[in-house]
Amino acid sequence: MSSRDWPLWEVFVRPRRGLSHVHAGSLHAPDAEMALRNARDVYTRRQEGVSLWVVPSAEIVASDPGERDAFFDPAEDKVYRHPTFYDVPEGVQHL
Amino acid sequence: MTTPVTPAGFVLGLADDALVSAQRMGWWISRAPELEEDLALANIGLDQLGQARALLTYAGELEGTGRTEDDLAYLRDDRDFRNVWLVERPQTDFGVTIARLLVFATWQSELYAALASSADLTLAGVAGKAVKEVAYHVDHARLWTLRLGDGTEESHRRMQDALDAEWPYVEELFVADPDAPIDPATLRDAVLGRVGEVVAAATLTVPEVAPSVGGGRRGLHTEHLGHLLAGMQHLHRSHPGVTW
Amino acid sequence: MRFEDLLAGDGRVEPRDEMPDAYRRTLVRQIAQHAHSEIIGMQPEGNWISRAPSLRRKAILMAKVQDEAGHGLYLYAAAETLGVDRADLLDQLHTGRQKYSSIFNYPTLTWADVGAIGWLVDGAAIVNQVPLCRCSYGPYARAMVRVCKEESFHQRQGFEILHTLAHGSPAQHAMAQDAVDRYWWPALMMFGPPDDDSPNSAQSMAWGIKRFSNDELRQRFVDMTVPQAEALGLTLPDPDLRWNDERGHHDFGEIDFTELYEVVRGNGPCNADRIAHKVRAHEDGAWVREAAAAYAAKREAGAA
Repeated sequence: MSSRDWPLWEVFVRPRRGLSHVHAGSLHAPDAEMALRNARDVYTRRQEGVSLWVVPSAEIVASDPGERDAFFDPAEDKVYRHPTFYDVPEGVQHL
Repeated sequence: MTTPVTPAGFVLGLADDALVSAQRMGWWISRAPELEEDLALANIGLDQLGQARALLTYAGELEGTGRTEDDLAYLRDDRDFRNVWLVERPQTDFGVTIARLLVFATWQSELYAALASSADLTLAGVAGKAVKEVAYHVDHARLWTLRLGDGTEESHRRMQDALDAEWPYVEELFVADPDAPIDPATLRDAVLGRVGEVVAAATLTVPEVAPSVGGGRRGLHTEHLGHLLAGMQHLHRSHPGVTW
Repeated sequence: MRFEDLLAGDGRVEPRDEMPDAYRRTLVRQIAQHAHSEIIGMQPEGNWISRAPSLRRKAILMAKVQDEAGHGLYLYAAAETLGVDRADLLDQLHTGRQKYSSIFNYPTLTWADVGAIGWLVDGAAIVNQVPLCRCSYGPYARAMVRVCKEESFHQRQGFEILHTLAHGSPAQHAMAQDAVDRYWWPALMMFGPPDDDSPNSAQSMAWGIKRFSNDELRQRFVDMTVPQAEALGLTLPDPDLRWNDERGHHDFGEIDFTELYEVVRGNGPCNADRIAHKVRAHEDGAWVREAAAAYAAKREAGAA
């Protein structure tokens, strides 16, 4: 990050009550207080949200795309975790 | 019990304050210190313009002449405008813009909050919506006053200069109007108290200056308003009676 | 997953994936140019905010120019995921090392130009941008989804301005026709040089950055716009423009690209003004940006 820019922040918007915050984009701001206000002005101009989170981009810990196979492929053969794996006799309800 | 009639001139004053402010704020779009601030100032300008439109429409109804928001915005000369001097002078310096917004939005927030429970239900409706908008404007001005006042040496100096430049025009906001549903004179202590707290927290000083004579509410303006209106009105007036 | 496999499966490339340097460079250049266009594009329309002929139009125009700041912001953020800083991209804009769309080097002489920009320039931009929502680079594609969603009102408001003028007084009608006369050909040039003269297009198509060729998109725009012009009651300034039954498309006249290249080279009516305006704003704001950074640093030092 060049020191000439204000830090970069990631913005998460809750579209309406009952839903999770979803990543909307990023912006620059000198500090958290301003980041939150900027997020309001940049990402909720059309009533897109009822709640905002801002997180310094540098604070995000991300999984490494190089380790993707080790991270995510082992779940592939655990089909028994999904309800469609099981046969239900005809006529049985609420299962 | 009859509801007292709100004087059209009072509403027109508020409308013109908001309109002229919005016109000045529009200048910033594409000129702000950072992209994020372009969006913030545009939002503030849009809020002010929205307030102006609602208030102009209502002023037209109160005077009973059938004048629309556009008739009032575009077809009055500067002697018929009722805004205060604070909002009409150029604001091409960011510090000046923030200093002015701090004072103006705080004044609006006190006034709108009081008007929101006015017996004049139309005015109360407009004020009730606007009070939320200007709360955000006050907050924006507060955050920037703190950062400019307590930022660098240069920003401290420039923000103090900006306050000094705006302060002669503050007193006009509180000129007494006993016929108004809320007499602006009664807001003085609350407004200056709130503004003073922010100024002090920003390591700045409330200027001690003699107030300008003012006269905007009586249609006596600085030379700046004529130029602002010339730009704003020329196209509309060049094609009388058409639809845009 | 390997870059080639991702592209072959029409998958999306994400910021931390491995990618060829040339792909990264091409994206940075294109996204930055796109972002610069949004930002410089604020000026020709911003030129009319103070003079908009009704308060309703003033509000719409302010909101629209504000949207363009937002779009520039989304796009700079997309470019930043590729490891560049916004400040560096702005430097390159300010010093002429990166370009923006030449259409914004034309002046907005009358109010009708605001309508023509909305209808024709935003119309052409939308035709260009909709396929970019499926661009192979995820952050760019997502930024474009947001831009396209917001942009839909821009073209309509431009059309509405022209429709009102075209059905207004004779002077208003003439104003509208004059604007369309001046903006039609530059709008067609927004799609870039003809396919056989567009050296980088094939590579961009192979990388899934570009989905359709310049000429395909230009044709799509012409076909879309002709009936709209009829609805407006305005003529498009091209005597060769006519429906071709065989092709199922409109034929149109040859585009004089020499003018485009002159404008790209910096000899358009507004090149110098646009950059000077942007540089001045940036320099005038330096003390504000520094103040906010200094304030934040003090708070952080105080908290530590």
